[in-house]
Amino acid sequence: MANRERPLSPDLQIYRPQLTSVLSITHRLTGVALSIGSPVLVCWLIAAAAGPSVYATLHGFLGSRLGLALLFGWTYALCFHLCNGIRHLFWDAGYGFELRTIYASGWTVVAASAMLTLAAWIISFSLHG
Amino acid sequence: MQRVTAVALVPLTLWLAVSLFARARGEYGAFILWLRAPFTTILMVLLLIALFYHMALGLQVVVEDYVHTERMRIPAVVVIHLGCFALAVAGIVATLRIAFGG
Repeated sequence: MANRERPLSPDLQIYRPQLTSVLSITHRLTGVALSIGSPVLVCWLIAAAAGPSVYATLHGFLGSRLGLALLFGWTYALCFHLCNGIRHLFWDAGYGFELRTIYASGWTVVAASAMLTLAAWIISFSLHG
Repeated sequence: MQRVTAVALVPLTLWLAVSLFARARGEYGAFILWLRAPFTTILMVLLLIALFYHMALGLQVVVEDYVHTERMRIPAVVVIHLGCFALAVAGIVATLRIAFGG
């Protein structure tokens, strides 16, 4: 089969950013960010299986400034991807397609993901100091 | 399966995030005890399966959208699926070693 150059769909840069498009690309970006973070979960389980000293090394890294910054970023990525993922599941079920609802649910995702992230860290710090 | 794993991951990631934030500064022994509880072991294995399945499918879509040459796209998708499979197996083996180890 001849593989001719065919037109591709318009690229991201062509459109003016809107809430809908920004949330859509953020869903992708947070998904990729979480994929990059997922080996940390596996490393952490392997470190726990390996014994206290290996576990302490990983714990030490995650407790450092860089480690905490990464964990904070992944917390936000998880909260966003989770909230927006639930929004996607509603769409899959056939609900929420009116333009007004799409914007309302979009802003809800923005607010909920920020509040969940902050709440998780504030509660964690107040529990553990 | 992207949607099926998404539905599974909503409660599973919430459970893991709440458990981890509650044990953020936990000692090694306490953490091992937690992971050894049958309920925790089962949920952790389920989470690893759903997570890496979901991740493989999600990354595949991203690659298919942005990598336009077939020569690159097919190997990239294969690497993604094998990598996710390996991560899932590594995580499950570690979890089971903790659960059943001496």
